[in-house]
This record gives sequence, structure tokens and C-alpha cells, in this order.
Amino acid sequence: MLSVRFHGRGGQGVVTAAELLAAAAFSEGRHAQAFPSFGSERMGAPVMSFCRIDDRPIRTHEPVTEPDALIVQDPTLLHQADLLAGLTSGGYMLVNSTHGFGELGLTEFVSEFRPERLLVVPASSLAMTHLGRPLPGAAMLGGFAALTGAVGLDSVLTALTERFSGRVADGNAAAARAAFAYVLDERKALTDA
Amino acid sequence: MLRQLEGSRAVAEAVAMSRPEVICAYPITPQTHIVEALSAKVKAGELNAEFLNVESEFAAMSVAIGASAAGARAYTATASQGLLFMCEAVYNASGLGLPIVMTVANRAIGAPINIWNDHSDSMSQRDSGWIQLFAETNQEALDLHIQAFKIAEELSTPVMVCMDGFLLTHASERMDIPEQRQVDAFLPPYAPRQVLDPADPISIGAMVGPEAFTEVRYLSQARMLQALDLIAAVMAGFRSWFGRDSGGLVRPYRTEDADLIVVGLGSVLGTVKDAVDELRDEGLRIGVLGISTFRPFPAHAVREALAGARRLVVIERAISPGSGGIVTGDVRTALAAAHVPEISTVVAGLGGRAVTKKSLRRMLRGAADGALEPMSFLHLDTGLVEHELARMRATRRSGPVAENLLRDLGVTASGIG
Amino acid sequence: MPQERIKFYQIGSFAAGNRLLPADLRSVQSLPERSNALTCGHRACQGCGEALGARYALDTVMRATKGKMIAVNATGCLEVFSTPFPETSWQIAWLHSLFGNAPAVATGVAAALRAKGRTDIRVVGQGGDGGTVDIGMGCLSGMFERNDDVLYVCYDNQAYMNTGVQRSGATPPTARTATTQAVGDQPGNTFGQGKNVPLIAMAHQIPYVATATVADLRDLEYKAARAMDFHGARYLHVLVPCPLGWGSSPADTIRVARLATESGLFPVFEAEDGEVVGASPIRRQVPVTEYLRLQARYAHLFRPVERTETIARIQAIADRNISRFGLRAESQNQQNPDFERTLASASGVRDLTEG
Repeated sequence: MLSVRFHGRGGQGVVTAAELLAAAAFSEGRHAQAFPSFGSERMGAPVMSFCRIDDRPIRTHEPVTEPDALIVQDPTLLHQADLLAGLTSGGYMLVNSTHGFGELGLTEFVSEFRPERLLVVPASSLAMTHLGRPLPGAAMLGGFAALTGAVGLDSVLTALTERFSGRVADGNAAAARAAFAYVLDERKALTDA
Repeated sequence: MLRQLEGSRAVAEAVAMSRPEVICAYPITPQTHIVEALSAKVKAGELNAEFLNVESEFAAMSVAIGASAAGARAYTATASQGLLFMCEAVYNASGLGLPIVMTVANRAIGAPINIWNDHSDSMSQRDSGWIQLFAETNQEALDLHIQAFKIAEELSTPVMVCMDGFLLTHASERMDIPEQRQVDAFLPPYAPRQVLDPADPISIGAMVGPEAFTEVRYLSQARMLQALDLIAAVMAGFRSWFGRDSGGLVRPYRTEDADLIVVGLGSVLGTVKDAVDELRDEGLRIGVLGISTFRPFPAHAVREALAGARRLVVIERAISPGSGGIVTGDVRTALAAAHVPEISTVVAGLGGRAVTKKSLRRMLRGAADGALEPMSFLHLDTGLVEHELARMRATRRSGPVAENLLRDLGVTASGIG
Repeated sequence: MPQERIKFYQIGSFAAGNRLLPADLRSVQSLPERSNALTCGHRACQGCGEALGARYALDTVMRATKGKMIAVNATGCLEVFSTPFPETSWQIAWLHSLFGNAPAVATGVAAALRAKGRTDIRVVGQGGDGGTVDIGMGCLSGMFERNDDVLYVCYDNQAYMNTGVQRSGATPPTARTATTQAVGDQPGNTFGQGKNVPLIAMAHQIPYVATATVADLRDLEYKAARAMDFHGARYLHVLVPCPLGWGSSPADTIRVARLATESGLFPVFEAEDGEVVGASPIRRQVPVTEYLRLQARYAHLFRPVERTETIARIQAIADRNISRFGLRAESQNQQNPDFERTLASASGVRDLTEG
């Protein structure tokens, strides 16, 4: 089972992102569960959502405290003490940022993990380019697919086009593809180096 | 057909396919998505039903009462404070024998106000004369609604389908959504035992004095006992139509040779089973008994399932202050006098505190070692409690308890654990 | 040839039958085939205004709907005295649920009938002032706001009579009740409180609102029938004296109701979509004292001393009603030349000098 935890702020589509990841896994015939951390809904507040993917039915409904993957949609949350808590030792992390981990102040944290598994992707700017709005979710999922291979890019695109329509679907799909390529390049650069 | 859906939306699909004629509800977290989905279906013309936006939960149950008495299949949904607000009408519905089906999206009751999951709302109505079914998974939640209409109408008794708020309602999962023709074959149109009909007028709702009240209540108890058999039969019928086990009275898991059995209701059972599988691998003879029907309490089935255990842990998602565990009491009563194992009540997950596999493992190890108190609170922050008690001892004007605790914790929003 | 118009009118309720009237203007109670919705055998007090009003109102609706009616009753005197287990006085389809939910339950019945395509069957919700004005207000307002197709009838005896005469939101100022007793400096109910539910109903702009009393039963019948011409939320507020709670003689029920209207304390009017469209003029205005003296619940206004200032305040309420609703017969004449026709149709009086 793969456990993923998303972090972001209310209004950034964190809950939707988790649901889309689950939908992507579903389209591959797998079991997936997605749910938000629940709080009074208001824009801008830190929110979390969770996604579990497995080949067997997922019975538990507890929150993900030991994620195999962290997806951070808003880097301004990185100062929160427990944001990164519980990441398993072989775990993945994808942070939405145009900066590197050094500038984000995460050098020490990142050093404990496998370098090709902790990456950044400028998801918000990709979203602005392809979608015209700073909603980084689709790009994060495209990047996630490239980072972990847990779901295929095609599955992410399927989930996006089922959920959205018209220009929104096209924009999200383009952002996802771009992020996928970006992260794939990043990984290649790290593993070749 | 397999679909990936939010639990609430799946329940809305199941309710819609059950062909309700009147839907009336008042919004309350975390039931909102169910009713919103139904309202969209009605408005779009996909569901041929009357949908009423009512002014309170008391009105919601009252509208359902009127509709059901006039022969319509009626549905509503609520949680927590809303269930309490309609309490008078809840008792009225069962007293009148009206087969209303209601979703209760389990949520804690305030004060302090809390929107997260526990079972205090449903438990508060356990004496209301409603049948209470508890869903372990979202698949079961949707299946139980279809079964609920059948059970309710057969018995002329209202049914509440309890599903954990947020944990199930707001979780997107893979489910098998039935087809309309399957539901139609399983659930015939509502044929009332009593109905308001100008062509055949009757008075419903008479005052009944001491000369007959006992008998009326006796008959409702008798109907509840009848329900035990009916629920099992409906579950079997459901299995033959839909091909899966949903509902029924109890669901034992690895209990056959278990020394220690964990008893619980609702979605926590999933996490318990994960913990139990790991502990089994580590050599513990441990099993789980899920209680799917809480009212009527399936005493016989519970007694049979627990017969071999030396120890029980009953996980409570609500308490009766001053008394303790609620489910524990029913379990204890159900057990044969000859064989009563050691019972530990573990209060867990009040107000939405997460029940984790980790804490369950630790607790169950303790239980297996006989180290558990007769009643304990899982994951209790004893430091926080001690601090408040000390504050109260020191000064009379110690302030509101909830605010004090929150300030001590330094939180302004909920944590996850 | 000079003509002099002579108005003939009767005081006292019309005898059922009344050969002076054309058949279509006669009371429903004159018809042998009337539904007798609330038949004999109920346990109401002697002189109960509510039993009288309910029978007239429901028989009228039953005639208007050709017997296709379902009634929903709130808890209260009417429900209790009409259904002492194992008997019922109701010869109609009748449901009693709770005290505060009759409007919502009626809404539910109407929704079920709509769902089943049976809009030929109409729904009446009914209750006393307590169940309507206080505990039922939320549900009543919801029913109004949604414009549900329900006629709600409030039988107003101005207190919680079933439970022992306690004050309600409809209890008038200075009235003695068990919870506003005639003791202390300000005996009886307080001034400046209370709800005017007909006005509240009008504020919801529902299709039809009317007030009536058991002093003019033909008018009550007219209004119940008129209400059934409309679809949507309708409200009928009927003053029904309670001899026990008001401390009046059972033989005076109708007289007391008439004095309530003739003093101006209880305006009788109709409104559509939130606007008054007609009011029954006061033919012979009486001072409020004539009304108050007949009821022991106001005895403290007269004994041991007459509280002239308090009575003046009550008179001021009556005067304000008269001017607000245009209840003076002369003023009606000027404002509404059709008032005679309105009067005639409302109370069954025909100008016998015509034709």
C-alpha cells in the first residue's frame, strides 16, 4: 500500500488532488481511498488530504501519519513543524516551488532521504502557463506520476478529463504533462549525476 | 458497476435508486453532500420525488412523518445536534409506526461544539424505537440504505442508517453501485399498513392512556425482536441479488479460536482488523466482532460469537457520563451468565480523535497481557487533564474547561492525532 | 318614486337552514349530507368555541373539496377532546403528530399527495394558538415561506387551555392566566408583548390570510371556502372563546366573540398576497368594557376598583385596530363603495330592498 499526504491551503484544490489521484489509481483497476483532514472550511487555512493506493481493499480510515509520499502544494507551509513528520525512509516528496531545497531551508531534512525521491516542481507557474490560474494540483499529480511511477501519466490524464471539461480539462492536462516531463528530467539529471 | 465515489454521493445514489417519494432535510455537517446530491437529481429531473428544503431538523422529521402517513416513501438525513433537535419527532415517528429511513452521519454532540466523528448522536437515540444499523464501509453504507427501506416497510418501523461522519461520508472509495433494475427487483413499492385516505378515513395519533399504553410499547418491543430475524433474512436476500455480504446482525472476523475479541461498531473496525492481522502474525489469538445492527441488539448472535473468548475489549465511540460504556452494557447483558469473560471498555475516537493502528496495537497488547483497566480512554492526554484539575482546585473562577484545555494545547485548529 | 334603502340584518348566528337565504348561501350545517367532520361524542367543555369553529371550518372545506381532504392536528384541546382513546370524533382522514409540528406535518402530507399525483386531495393543518403562535411558529413560517399547499387554521382562545390556562404569545394584555396571574401592581398579562400572527402571515405574502370568529359562522364558512379557491399557503385565524379559560358563561361564547369584533379588539378581515382586501365593518361599536366585563379573566380591571387607565390603554388598542383596518361602517362606505356587497357576501345578508 502506498500512503500519500497532501499539504496545501484551503482553496488550492488539495482535496480535489487527492480525489484525482484516487481516480487515477481506480482507472488502473486498483483500490484507492482519498479523504480530507476535516476542519471548518475556510480559504487560506492549512489543510491536508490523504490518499491510499493498494491492490487489496483498504480497510483503515485513519489519517496518514507515516506517508510514503508527501505532496506539498504550498511551500509557505514548510515552516510548520510537523508538516514533514512521518515520511518513511524510502519516501518521496514533491514540493511546489521554483526554488531548490537549499533556498527552502530543507537541506538537512532532505539529506536523510534518497535524493532522487525528493524533488521540486514549479507547479504553480506551470498552472499559470497552461491553465491561467494558480491551481497547482494537476501539475503536482503529473509530477507525482513521474516521481513515483505509482500511477501512470495516462491515468492522471484520464482522471482529469473525467473530472473537468472543456478548456479547464485541457489546461489541467497540459500542466500535468509539462510537470511530468519536468520531474522526469530532474530525476534523470540526479540519477545520471 | 464499479465507481470511485465519495461516500456521501454513493449513499445519494442508493437512496435515489430506492425511489423515495418525499425527501426533506436540513443541512448539517457532515451530511450535506448526501442531500445536495439528491437535490440536484430531483431538480434535474433525474429523480422523480418531492424535495423540500425545510427550516429545521424538527421540521425535516415532521415533514417525513406527514409524508409517510400519507403513504409516501420518505427519507431524511441528519447528524449530531440536528438529531437532538428532531428528537421529539424521532420518537413520534417510531411511536406512530412510520417506516421512515434516515441517514445519521455520525458526529459528536456538543457542548463543546465539535463537527467530527463519534457515535454520541446515534447512541442518544438508542431508546427511541428506531432500528439502528451501522455501516463499516462506504460500500456497506450504500447497501444498507437499500436494505433499510425494505426492513422499515416490512415492519412499519423507522430505520436509521449510521455511517461515520467524514471518515465515511467524505472519503472517496471504490464501490460497486447497483443498477436500478436490481434495486427495483429487491425493493417493491411501499404498501402501507396505515394510510391517510379520504376515501377510507381513519384517525392516526390518538392519545392513549394507562389502559393501553403498555400494550402499544410491548408491541414495539415485539417488532424489534421480529426485526432480528428479518434483518438476517434481508441480508441473505441482498446477497443473492447483489452478490455480497452487507448488513446483517454481527460480522465476526477471525473469532473462531480467539482468546481475545475486540467488539466495535462502524468504520473503526477496518483499522482494528489491520491491527488484528498484524498481531495474529505475531502470534496473538485475537479476533474482531463487528456489530452491524445495534438496535435491536443482537444478543443471541453476540453471545454465540463471543462464546470462546477469555477476554473482550469493547471499543466505545461514545460514553454515558456517570455510567461508562454503552455498548459494553449491552454486550454484558447479552453474555450467558455462565460464561462472562473479562471485559475492558476502551473509549476511543471521541470528537474525531483518530483511532490509529499504532495505538490499537499497543492497547491490544496490553489487553492480551491483562494490563488494561476495566475502563480506559485510548490516547488520553493525562497531562492536559491533570493541569485543568489542578487549576480547578486552585481557584473557583477557573474559567470554561474547553477554552482552558485549548489554550494549554496551544491549538487553534484540529490536529490529526 | 322615492326609494328608501332599508338594511335588514340579524344579530346572533344564523339558524342552520335559514329559509331567508338562497340555497347556495346557506350554511353547510343546513345540509343533511354534510360531512360532520367533527361529530358528536367528543369531550369538549360546554360552550367550547373551538369545537364549534372546527366543525364549521372543516365541514366547509370538506364540501369545497368534495370530501377529498386530510387534516393534520396539533396537540391541544381540539386533539385531546376529539380523540379520547379508544374513540375518535373525527369522520375524516386525520393525523396528530406533535405540538409544534402541525404545519410541517401538513407540508409532508401535501408533498406525498403531490408525489403520488393526487393534487385533488387538499390538506388542512390546524391547531390552537399555543401550537401555532409559539411552539409551532418556526414550522408555520417555513410552510408559509415555501408556499406549501396547505390551509392552516388557528383556533385562538388566547392561552394554553389544554394544560390549564397558561399564557401564550396570543394572550392579550391584562388577561389573567395561570402564569400571568391577577396579583401585584400589574395584574394579568403584560402590555407590549404578543404576536399578531395574521400580520406575520401577511408579511410572508402568502396567497390568502383571513380572520374570523364564531360569532359570525357564515363568515367563517365563507372564508374557509374562499381559502380553498387558492393554492399555496393560506392562513385562517379564528377567535374561539373558551368559557373555562376566559371565565365567561358557556351560554355567552358567541356573544363574547361578537363583542370582541364590535369593540374593535379583534379585527375581521381578509388579505391576499400581503395586502388587506376587505374588512368586516363594525355596525355598532361598543366600548371595550362591554366585552371585558363578561369575562372573569378581566375581573381585576373592575374589582376592587375600576382601573380606568388600564382600560383606556385597552380601548386605545381597539381604536387603533379600527383606524388601521378601516373598520368603521361609515369609513368603509367612503373608501369602498362595494362594501355592502362585500358585507352581504361575507355574512349572508342580502339587501332585501333589491329586486
